[in-house]
Amino acid sequence: MTTKQDTFIHTGTTNVPDERGYYGEYGGRFVPETLMPALDELTEAYHDAMHDPAFQGRLADLQATYTGRPTPITFAQRLTDYLGGARIYLKREDLAHTGAHKINNALGQALLAQRMGKRRIIAETGAGQHGVASATAAALLGLECHVYMGSVDIARQRPNVFRMKLLGTEVIPVDSGSRTLKDAINEAIRDWVTNVNTTYYLLGSALGPHPYPEMVRDFQSVIGTEARRQMLEQVGQLPDSCIACVGGGSNAIGLFHAFRNDETIDLIGVEAGGRGIASGQHAARFADPGIGRPGVLHGTRSFVLQDADGQIMNTHSVSAGLDYASVGPEHAYLREMERAFYTLATDEEALDAFDKLSRLEGIIPALESAHAIAEVIKRAPHMPKDAIILVNLSGRGDKDLDTVMQELGE
Amino acid sequence: MAEITHSTGLAALDSMFARTRTEHRAAFLPYFPIGYPDYVTSLDAITTMAEVGVDGFEIGIPFSDPLADGPTIQAATQIALDNGTTVRTCLNAVRELRTRGIQQPMLLMGYLNPILAYGPDAFVRDAHAAGADGIIVPDLPPEESHLLCDACADHGLALVFFLAPTSNPRRIALVAEQATGFIYVVSITGITGARHTLPPDLIDVINHIRAHTDKPLVVGFGISQPEQARKMNDLADGFIVGSALVKAGKTGVSAVRDLAAQLRRALDTA
Repeated sequence: MTTKQDTFIHTGTTNVPDERGYYGEYGGRFVPETLMPALDELTEAYHDAMHDPAFQGRLADLQATYTGRPTPITFAQRLTDYLGGARIYLKREDLAHTGAHKINNALGQALLAQRMGKRRIIAETGAGQHGVASATAAALLGLECHVYMGSVDIARQRPNVFRMKLLGTEVIPVDSGSRTLKDAINEAIRDWVTNVNTTYYLLGSALGPHPYPEMVRDFQSVIGTEARRQMLEQVGQLPDSCIACVGGGSNAIGLFHAFRNDETIDLIGVEAGGRGIASGQHAARFADPGIGRPGVLHGTRSFVLQDADGQIMNTHSVSAGLDYASVGPEHAYLREMERAFYTLATDEEALDAFDKLSRLEGIIPALESAHAIAEVIKRAPHMPKDAIILVNLSGRGDKDLDTVMQELGE
Repeated sequence: MAEITHSTGLAALDSMFARTRTEHRAAFLPYFPIGYPDYVTSLDAITTMAEVGVDGFEIGIPFSDPLADGPTIQAATQIALDNGTTVRTCLNAVRELRTRGIQQPMLLMGYLNPILAYGPDAFVRDAHAAGADGIIVPDLPPEESHLLCDACADHGLALVFFLAPTSNPRRIALVAEQATGFIYVVSITGITGARHTLPPDLIDVINHIRAHTDKPLVVGFGISQPEQARKMNDLADGFIVGSALVKAGKTGVSAVRDLAAQLRRALDTA
């Protein structure tokens, strides 16, 4: 055991990021000068808060009494029987308040904003789940909240737009570029550059400039910490594989983090394959070496879908939350260290998984999470019956009913 | 046109500031993106500004996600991309502008990712070969300057960094140490775009920076009118105008020429 631990300390997956915010060659801080002092201030405030028992206590209390943590793990008996291989356990982030894991990070950062004396919160959102989580945390703490959302995403995630409005948040449509998550982040950064003295930018995924990837990972790591304990207590053993979908990668890093030193456990991230790699219409940063290369987008160095000239490519996924041209830098690092593996599920495979989980388990997953289920469907039949897969069911699918009905032609 | 020595790179910027200092005025460096509204018109706009005696240029390289830019430059650079403008196009533009006889210093301004995709060393080498004198990258803070600083030093090109109203003394010292050519002082806490008035605390921001460094200070963001330009004579070593000229570019090359000439004339106080 000691040797294994040493190996990991040597390879460094435990001790990232370094003080400049780097995960190996990925991460860092690439933003206009105006924001650099704010990022220094944020890093300091964050590390200070993490060492403050009062802050930790308040967060733990809200997680228990407001979010409804710990979320359970559910044994998916009928899906397991149907696939005929590994036993499948679901980490039920869909049961967290607001219906997705995004609340874990939103509450943590909103508490931090409050602690820093910032009364105005801005956020970006793709699927709307982070927007809803931010709006919720802002309502809870009495903060003003503005959410940037691409107009394409507004059209396909209308229930979440209305939820944010009900929560007292202003939803600001973004009509530039591809009108999806990438452009919403651009606009949120522009707002932050302009209002940095009064405003807290509540970034929703494990990306962006340091310290965001670290901070979001830490706030999401409750997923894996709980799941690891629950597996040991309720199942009596750890899983053989952990699977999660990867857009920016916050639910995946939140699951993986607690298992990073369990080196026999496979960590598997599932990107959005869209209409297939050959079509060019996807968001699989790791799967298309022609256009998925290291680059800098939104303040961090990671894998980025870009053309030969370094212009950021438009992406496609049936799931708005995975429809993004870059990926959190720690995922690029875990992949390079061969500690985690990344695969993809197409729109079609995700829709099939959506359907199967709904019918076999009575759980309608978010289309994002359905990508992780799609990988389970491919993998479980080839694994022995005593093997265990733990999959992060990162959110519920109510928000996706319009999209799915359209896709199914109903 | 004022006489210009044939020095290049840092030396060209030094002699530019030496001349404007003897004329007791600020240097005027217009920004214009290559490929807006099309390749030839953008070169004509830059050429006509050279003719009315501007002191140097920021040559814009378009990027799909320009997060420090306001709506005017966003829209213009998107049109440039739609026209097929690439990093290579911009390097060729500098070469062609030199062939047309433009002698003022030219700095290439672009976001980091296209430069990384081109290859940072190759970019600096080719920028130098094309006749550029410096590089400005709005999303490259001095902490990450290692990506470009050696190559810039090897070729004698300026590598400009930014300071903002939010910069603290530690960052002012860091930027003052790393920046070559000049320091780009962002006048406002915000993004690019024409504004009617200069921020009232700009003089404090400049004095604050002045207390830490002797490097030339060039003010940008929000300057669009002759009155504002005139004030720069007493405030800074130079200033940049972008969005207002890009807006004029929508009307045509003669509108760019008229605005540039007005801004340039405003600096002659005698």
